[in-house]
Amino acid sequence: MIEARNVSRRYGDTLVVDDVSLRIPERGVTSIIGPNGAGKSTLLSMISRLLPLSSGVVLVDDLDVTKTPGDALARRLAILRQDNHLTARLTVRDLVTFGRYPHSRGRPTVEDRAFVEGAIHHLGLEPIAHRFLDELSGGQRQRAFVAMVLCQDTHYVLLDEPLNSLDMKHAVSMMQELRRAADALGKSVILVLHDLNFASCYSDHIIAMREGKVAFQGNAEELMRTEVLRGIYDLDIAIHQLDGRWIAVHYR
Amino acid sequence: MSTLSPDSPPLPDSGPFARREPVALAQAGSSAVPRLVVAGLGVLGLAVVSLLIGVSHVSWDALFAAGGDDRATQVLVISRVPRTLALMLSGMSLGVAGLILQMLARNRFVEPFTAGTAESASLGILAVTVLAPGLPILAKTLVAAGFALAGTALFLLILRKLPLRSALVVPLVGLVLGAIFDAVTTFFAYRFSLLQSLAAWTTGDFSSVMRGRYELLWSAFALTAVAYVVADRFTVAGMGEAFTTNLGLNHRRIVALGLAIVAMVTAVVVATVGMIPFIGLIVPNLVSLMMGDNARRSIPWVAVMGAGFVLLCDIVGRVVRYPYEIPVGTVAGVVGSLLFLYLLLRRDARVG
Repeated sequence: MIEARNVSRRYGDTLVVDDVSLRIPERGVTSIIGPNGAGKSTLLSMISRLLPLSSGVVLVDDLDVTKTPGDALARRLAILRQDNHLTARLTVRDLVTFGRYPHSRGRPTVEDRAFVEGAIHHLGLEPIAHRFLDELSGGQRQRAFVAMVLCQDTHYVLLDEPLNSLDMKHAVSMMQELRRAADALGKSVILVLHDLNFASCYSDHIIAMREGKVAFQGNAEELMRTEVLRGIYDLDIAIHQLDGRWIAVHYR
Repeated sequence: MSTLSPDSPPLPDSGPFARREPVALAQAGSSAVPRLVVAGLGVLGLAVVSLLIGVSHVSWDALFAAGGDDRATQVLVISRVPRTLALMLSGMSLGVAGLILQMLARNRFVEPFTAGTAESASLGILAVTVLAPGLPILAKTLVAAGFALAGTALFLLILRKLPLRSALVVPLVGLVLGAIFDAVTTFFAYRFSLLQSLAAWTTGDFSSVMRGRYELLWSAFALTAVAYVVADRFTVAGMGEAFTTNLGLNHRRIVALGLAIVAMVTAVVVATVGMIPFIGLIVPNLVSLMMGDNARRSIPWVAVMGAGFVLLCDIVGRVVRYPYEIPVGTVAGVVGSLLFLYLLLRRDARVG
């Protein structure tokens, strides 16, 4: 389980994450939603020890992320941030193979190769596996990075806006793939999402943030109510139930 | 992603770690290795040419004539072989140093001669020459390496603080920093009447390389080998700090190791043969175009092509005005800048 205790992050005088305490379930898909600047990405980065905490503690399976050796944590938790602007010319397969680094230390075994091919297959990257990342579209590159993170085969998979620059078809397949990782492999997948309806249709647990604080925690049924969403987004959002799912209509 | 379906096979779970035999070599591509061998043979051919040209006549006939030609053998052993080896070792190690620096700075336009590394090494040599002229070359080189380390670390520190980090600003910062070191060096060299010696060690020149005066370059070769052993770490570091941390590696430690290698290599080369610009810039960029940035694969290529490039520049410098010589640094500057212009114009689309 991931647990945050009184976690804060300060940039100068601004509190971006303000005394957040929460527990993320051991299994399933957990989505973090909220308006721009609510502190979602900052929280995710602190949980995954990419950003130092101004105060508080983050525990992953009772290990303090700021004190646990990096390589031990890398076999438990994988993180993909949204700013993957890169200058390196790696092939998709090379990139995905680096996901095995915490296990293989750069010497991939037969087993590691199987993981790499599996991840490439699951994200439909076979046709472009030999291509260089700098020759791909934003969506293809995004899928390659997600394949790498899944290939790391950690129990906790943290993704900051994994649907960025994906078209509808690929966004749906990505969410199905993450759902599968949670259901078939028993992983805990933690996502920052902007699309309310994806969060509603695919998450077991949803955390809403606003102005650095947790504004709501619960499941889709509890979240997808006009009055709850108004408290998060300052916007009146109509909710419809379609085929047993709650769909938000926020275009007008 | 049409392959996704509920019944698609799951990722293999992390089962027993029984079979852990590395298969990297077999996968590395049966076609890649022979191509590298061919390139290596080409460089060896250049090395043979480099052995046979020069003012003093050395030919196969003279070397293998019955009884042997003592003078030809001596020229070969004392002057030609050390020179050719020195050329290859400097080319290899400067190329790889350039590659590492480009990964650490995450910018394709830096190399030890545009990041203040060589200039600070040169300042270090001047400091030793003025303050402790009696020191042996090894100590001199170590001091130069210390200066180079500090200079390059300062460069990377400035890059960290830089608010706007465009691809073209990075090398400009390096050039400005280098120019400042250079100005300080020139000022003190002028004050201590060392301008001539300064010119002698800053221009890359192999004409004075002889047995007993180049062997330190083997340490640069050893550092290149170290770089190859930890190649994966440099590739990972080249993908950024967050990427590196996620994979469980310590970014700072990799940067420190890379800095140490770059500084040592540059100091050794500057102290033994002088500055040879552009190799660390051109060669890694050419290799990156050919085969990408996976350092495990590109370091051997950078080494081979770096050696070939310097050999070629030196051969040209020795032939153009025969029997006089143009220093290799000058030839490399001309050839390198032309090649660099070509690269720039070719890949303008992806400057970043």
